[in-house]
Amino acid sequence: MMNIFLFEFRSKLRSAAIWSISITLIIVVFMSLYQSFARDHALALEMMRSFPRELLIAFGMADLDWSNALGYFALAFIFVQICLAIQGANYGFSLVSVEESELTADFLLSKPITRPSILTAKLLAAISTIVLTNSVLWVVSFLAINLFSGGENYDVNALILLLLSMFVFQVFFLCSGLCISLLVKRVRNVTPFSMGLVFGLYILNAFGGMIGEKSLEVLSPFKHFSPSGIIRNAAWDGALAFISIGVIVVTICASYVLYVKRNIAAAV
Amino acid sequence: MHIIETNQLTKYYGKSRGIKNVSFHVDEGEIFGFIGPNGAGKSTTIRLLLSLIYPTSGSAAIFGKDCIQFGPEIRQEVGYLPSEVFYYEGMKVLDLLKYSASFYRKDCSKRMMELADLMELDLKRRIDDLSYGNKKKVGVVQGLLHQPRLIILDEPTSGLDPLMQQKFFNLIQEENRRGATVFFSSHILTEVQKLCNRVAIIKDGGVIDIQDLKTLKKENYKKIRITSETLGEKDFSFLGVSGMEKLNGTLSFFYKGDINLITKKISSQRLADLSIEDPTLEEIFLHYYE
Repeated sequence: MMNIFLFEFRSKLRSAAIWSISITLIIVVFMSLYQSFARDHALALEMMRSFPRELLIAFGMADLDWSNALGYFALAFIFVQICLAIQGANYGFSLVSVEESELTADFLLSKPITRPSILTAKLLAAISTIVLTNSVLWVVSFLAINLFSGGENYDVNALILLLLSMFVFQVFFLCSGLCISLLVKRVRNVTPFSMGLVFGLYILNAFGGMIGEKSLEVLSPFKHFSPSGIIRNAAWDGALAFISIGVIVVTICASYVLYVKRNIAAAV
Repeated sequence: MHIIETNQLTKYYGKSRGIKNVSFHVDEGEIFGFIGPNGAGKSTTIRLLLSLIYPTSGSAAIFGKDCIQFGPEIRQEVGYLPSEVFYYEGMKVLDLLKYSASFYRKDCSKRMMELADLMELDLKRRIDDLSYGNKKKVGVVQGLLHQPRLIILDEPTSGLDPLMQQKFFNLIQEENRRGATVFFSSHILTEVQKLCNRVAIIKDGGVIDIQDLKTLKKENYKKIRITSETLGEKDFSFLGVSGMEKLNGTLSFFYKGDINLITKKISSQRLADLSIEDPTLEEIFLHYYE
């Protein structure tokens, strides 16, 4: 099992590096503009007010206080979350399906190893990659805020909670992606699936917020771990976070059952 | 104990047929051919044996153990060469072989090198860059490096040049002499003829016959061609005659049965020409498939 884990982990390192660098760029570019933003704070607020409130709600920007570094960071974090979601979903959808589309499933599954062990090794490898990406972003976030906030004080606890949410958030997309990939007959190309899942859930949250429909938001991890909420309350919304964790548990269990029973598609 | 035994093995993909009630067994030390046209169910059977897919009904056992329940344990001693070659993106040949070897309890590095040498594999190349035939060679080495007790080959020679094919056959025969049992699926008859002791013929998802190759070839069928003005198709409408064709006054058909019966029939007539010969395996099989 260790051999599969190492193999999978190694093959994901490149992607981990690319995601880490891209998201680091988003954070750094955003935060580097903070000073000029803070200086013209009144002007920026004025501009924002000219947008319809529904639109701001839809993008999760309505309740953000940009006048402080953390509030401004939460704004950047909305975009970070989209990237994190895509990374997680990509790993999830490709975890076992890539073996079938590239015909390596026949190779791997004809080796003397059980399917649960294969899935466990692959899941652990993906989770380790996520942890690795997260660690980089922890360091980058702290550095960027301290560097660009101009010595401003901020609530460290709120920031820690926000950064902690990254892990659950990504594992949510990893596991639901995996589960969906096992429900369908064949995933030929991962991108449409992960884009569909990520933007589907993002729009669900945006749309739900806009029309004030709570039941829609409840389904979306973008709502469960809304950056503005975490920063404002310096806490997770326990009930909503629990939904995310519940989905993770259910989709992992379902994935094991589905994978063990799965008929591996032959080459076509 | 049979090395492979299937019992009424059946697989449906939704409503479409994979295989139906396939029962056969392979004994230790045999080279067993599994012959049929594309889409007959050869790969389905193999994938069931490896529990890559699960049967709709029936069962299969390898080394006397159920294929599903004891899958990992069985596969410790099974070598499999899939019909389509695989590669992990950007991987070097050596890395793939090492990865493959890492699944087995025993140390495979020595045998791995021997095989790579024999198949003239360049271990440093990336698998993506290899030609189809060279990828196939990677598959061969990967499937044999742990010296399996049972070797399962799914259309193994496609893509190999004749020289390499011969090397491959020698290798399989050598493994067989060492004690390995071989399950060889193919639609190319000549290669089966060269290697196998027994063959199962599969058609439309069912095994229609299992034959000892020597008896199949020797005992029964004769291919007969007669040119005669007085003889017509009707004169041969008795048991054992099949595949009757008439072309330019020449009758040609297969005959299976007492040879005296047919010579008696023929000898009473005036013939312009006559030939009686052993049909090639190919002709026998084509006959089966009709």
